[in-house]
This record gives sequence, C-alpha cells and structure tokens, in this order.
Amino acid sequence: MRGLFDIAGPIMVGPSSSHTAGAVRLGAMARVILGERPAAAQIKLHGSFAQTCRGHGTDKALIGGLLGFAPDDERIKSALGLAADHGLKYGFSTVELPDVHPNTALIELTGVSGQTRRVVGASVGGGNILITSIDGYPVRVTGQYHTLITIHEDKPGVIAVVTKRLAEEGVNIAFMQVSRQERGEEALMVIEADEAIPHQALPPIRAVAAMKAVLAVPALGEGV
Amino acid sequence: MSSIRSFGEWIRRAETAGTTLAAVITEQESRHAQRPAAAIRADMARNWRVMREAIAAGLASGEKSPSGLVGGDARLCHARLESGKALTGEIAGRAIAYALAVSEVNACMGRIVAFPTAGSCGIMPGAVAAAAETRGYSEDAIVDGLLTAAGAGLIIAENASISGAEAGCQAECGAGGAMAAAAIVQMDGGSPRQIGMAVALALKNALGLVCDPVAGLVEVPCVRRNAFYAVQALVAADMALAGVESAIPVDEVVDTMRRVGVAMPVSLRETSQGGLARTPTGLAIERRLHDKE
Repeated sequence: MRGLFDIAGPIMVGPSSSHTAGAVRLGAMARVILGERPAAAQIKLHGSFAQTCRGHGTDKALIGGLLGFAPDDERIKSALGLAADHGLKYGFSTVELPDVHPNTALIELTGVSGQTRRVVGASVGGGNILITSIDGYPVRVTGQYHTLITIHEDKPGVIAVVTKRLAEEGVNIAFMQVSRQERGEEALMVIEADEAIPHQALPPIRAVAAMKAVLAVPALGEGV
Repeated sequence: MSSIRSFGEWIRRAETAGTTLAAVITEQESRHAQRPAAAIRADMARNWRVMREAIAAGLASGEKSPSGLVGGDARLCHARLESGKALTGEIAGRAIAYALAVSEVNACMGRIVAFPTAGSCGIMPGAVAAAAETRGYSEDAIVDGLLTAAGAGLIIAENASISGAEAGCQAECGAGGAMAAAAIVQMDGGSPRQIGMAVALALKNALGLVCDPVAGLVEVPCVRRNAFYAVQALVAADMALAGVESAIPVDEVVDTMRRVGVAMPVSLRETSQGGLARTPTGLAIERRLHDKE
C-alpha cells in the first residue's frame, strides 16, 4: 500500500511527474552512481522520452539531475544553459532499446577523474524510477531504499565481507541482488537496506583486494 | 491494525472512535512511515505553502508555456473576478483563477505539488484556497482537509487508479476533484459520512472522462480542465454538506471508475491517439511543435 505523500506530492517542477520529476531523479541517481561530478554526458532517449522530450522539459530535467538539482529546484528550467557553468558537456540522441519501459534513458557518463559509467533507467510513473542496468549489468534499483553497489572480482568471500561489515554497523539488508558476466570474472552486487550506509562502513569494504568499485547511494529524497 | 482498504472501513473507524477521517488517516500514515503525526502534519503544511506560492506565481507572471499553447488565462479570469463581473461569484471565481494559475505554473516548469498528479495539480490548491480564504478556515483545519484529501486519493489509487494512462482523465482530474471535495467538507466541519458522499458525487460526474493531451503535452485540454474540476469540487462539497446523499455508495463508485477505466479504449488514455489530440487542429499543433524541434 502506498503512503499519503505518494498521493500528496512530490513537490516538483512541472509539467510531468514521469517526464520531468522522474527524469530529474534519473539524472541525479546516475550522478550518484558515477560517484563524482560528471564532466561529460551522452544521453540516449527511448520511446515516449524520445517523442515528448522537449515539451515536457525531459532534457532540462535530466541535465538538472546530473548537476545535482532536486526535483523541485526551479533552476531545472535553465539547466541546459547552466551546464557549462558546472563544467558539464552533454549531448542528446534517440535510441531504440529492446524490451524496456517506454520512458527509458541510457546515460553514458565521464567523471572529472576520467572514469566512465553507463546507466540505464526508466521513469515508471509518479516520479518513481527504476535503474535497470549499470555498466551492462542488469539491476533493479528503485532509490526507495539506501543502496550499496559494489563491482568486484567474482571470488568466494567478497559478499560475506560486505554483509558482515553492514551487520556490524547495525544495517538491515532488505533486498540483495548479485550478477556477473562470466564465472570468475567481474560481478556486481546491489544491496538495498533499511538504514543509511554509514561512511565508516565503506573503507574496509573498499580495502577488499577483489573490490573494484563501491558506491553508496542514499534513498531518494535524502540527497537525490 | 491493518491498512484501510475502502471508504466504508475508513468512515466506520472514524465513527467508532468518534474522531475525524483526518485523524484516522494520520494515525495510519504515522504507523506506515514510522514517523510522528506532527512530522506528517508539518509535511502537509509545507505542501500547502508550495501550493499558495504557485497560485501567487501564476497570477503574477502570465507567462506563456514553451509550446505557446497556454498561459495568461489565470490573469484574465482573476481580472474579471476583481471587476465584480464573474457569474460564478467569489468562491468559484477564485477557484477558477487559482486552478488555472497553478496549472499554468506547471506548464511553464515552475514549482508545484503533484496532488494527485502534475497534470491535475491546479484542482486541489484552486478549490481549497478559494474556500479557505473566503471562509477563513484555520491552517490546522486546512491541513486536516489536505490529509483527508490524500486519504481519499490513496483509496482511489488502490482500488481504481490516479493515472491517466491507466484509467483516463477521470483518474487524474476526476480524482483530483473528488479529493478536493473531501478536503472542503472536512474543512467546513462535515461528518465522515458527508465526506464519503462528496467523493461519490464528484467521482460519479467524472466517469468516462477521456485523457487526450494534444501533442502529448499536459496543456490542452488539461490546464482548463483543472478549473472546471476545482469548481465541481465546490459543487460536490455544497451538496454533501446540505445533506444530499449519493444513491450509489462511494466504494461502488470507485469500483465503477476502475471498470470504466479498463473498458475505455487505449486511444483515450493519455496516448494522444484519440479525442482532441486527433482533431485537425490538434494534429496541426503537433506538427508545428515537431517542426520547431
């Protein structure tokens, strides 16, 4: 069952909760998943996002999110002009993706340190979003929970170290997904938790030899 | 205690406890979100501030939307009201101007509360602010009204829909009007039973309402439809407060709304494949906006 503020809200910049507010959150979530300020973004729009992008300000909303704006920030309206001030280069194109939600965007980001990340996500209605792929790994990240994402070598013990560390910090795991491309190669883990992931939990997880990337993503409304 | 699933259950709980629908739904939300009632009331008061700011911004700016299709109508209606010529009178006249103001702010990418959706965001502030200003309801009463409206929307969303793509515009503007009617009856001191009647009366008048945005934008016919449903909320509230009873109980109306939504062709459910979106002028507007890109 939904809560009262799923009906009475969100407070947002118009005109569309799915094409504008949801798009802001997709951009903001992609920025957090990159883990640093983005310097360049190539955004590919699919389906309804591609067809009604301009009229709904979907392009401004996605860029506003990438700049770190919240869905009710009135600067979203001028986000395309503000991007240069924030050192963000961007480009838009359209794409046909197989078997995805009609409001889907593929966001290719390059951070200020030069690292890259490829995030696919959909705006699924009422400002809610679903990240469906990170760097080619299939995931389901809604942003409703505090989320920890790791990219690591597919070796025994990595998952145990991470979950033990969270248990020590009193973090309760609500949902967990693990996927990999090939046995023994690279794997991706998504942990959705009831509590925020404390900063002090991260260094020991980053220190695991097999670890390649660790991303702590706050729940929507708390920084995104 | 389990979640409230119907208007009948919600009303029974309030009557049994001798309290308001607002109190019952706040207690449920408090349990659901694990937050104190005071925090929930504070968030609703914040929604109310944003709604009033949107009314003021819309009346002040008169700006055209990026498509050029809407903007400036709130000022026209407000000027007519100020000159004393509005046929609908003080409260309905304000509801019209305010609902248009908020919807125009939405179309111009200004800040609004999606209550229940962005496309129907003018109805709640239009009707509630017009009634509250004219009758002098306290902020506490207004927050009670907004909580009641959100509870009504929650039951509609769970048993029917508040998405135009799923159930047509009855799910957006129709639900918005029914929610606003609930808010006004609550603010005016009506009983839980009268609130249920107001929702039933308002929703019955929105059944089968098509969602047909021209060029895919929530501008035509949506912005002006907000003004109509803000006034309809006042009509439903007045009837319910007078003691008018809906012949069909509110939960059966909500169930009907779901079945009507399912029965509506996909072309009339926010796809821009039917209704006003496929008139010669609607198609010409779509071509013009496409060429602009």
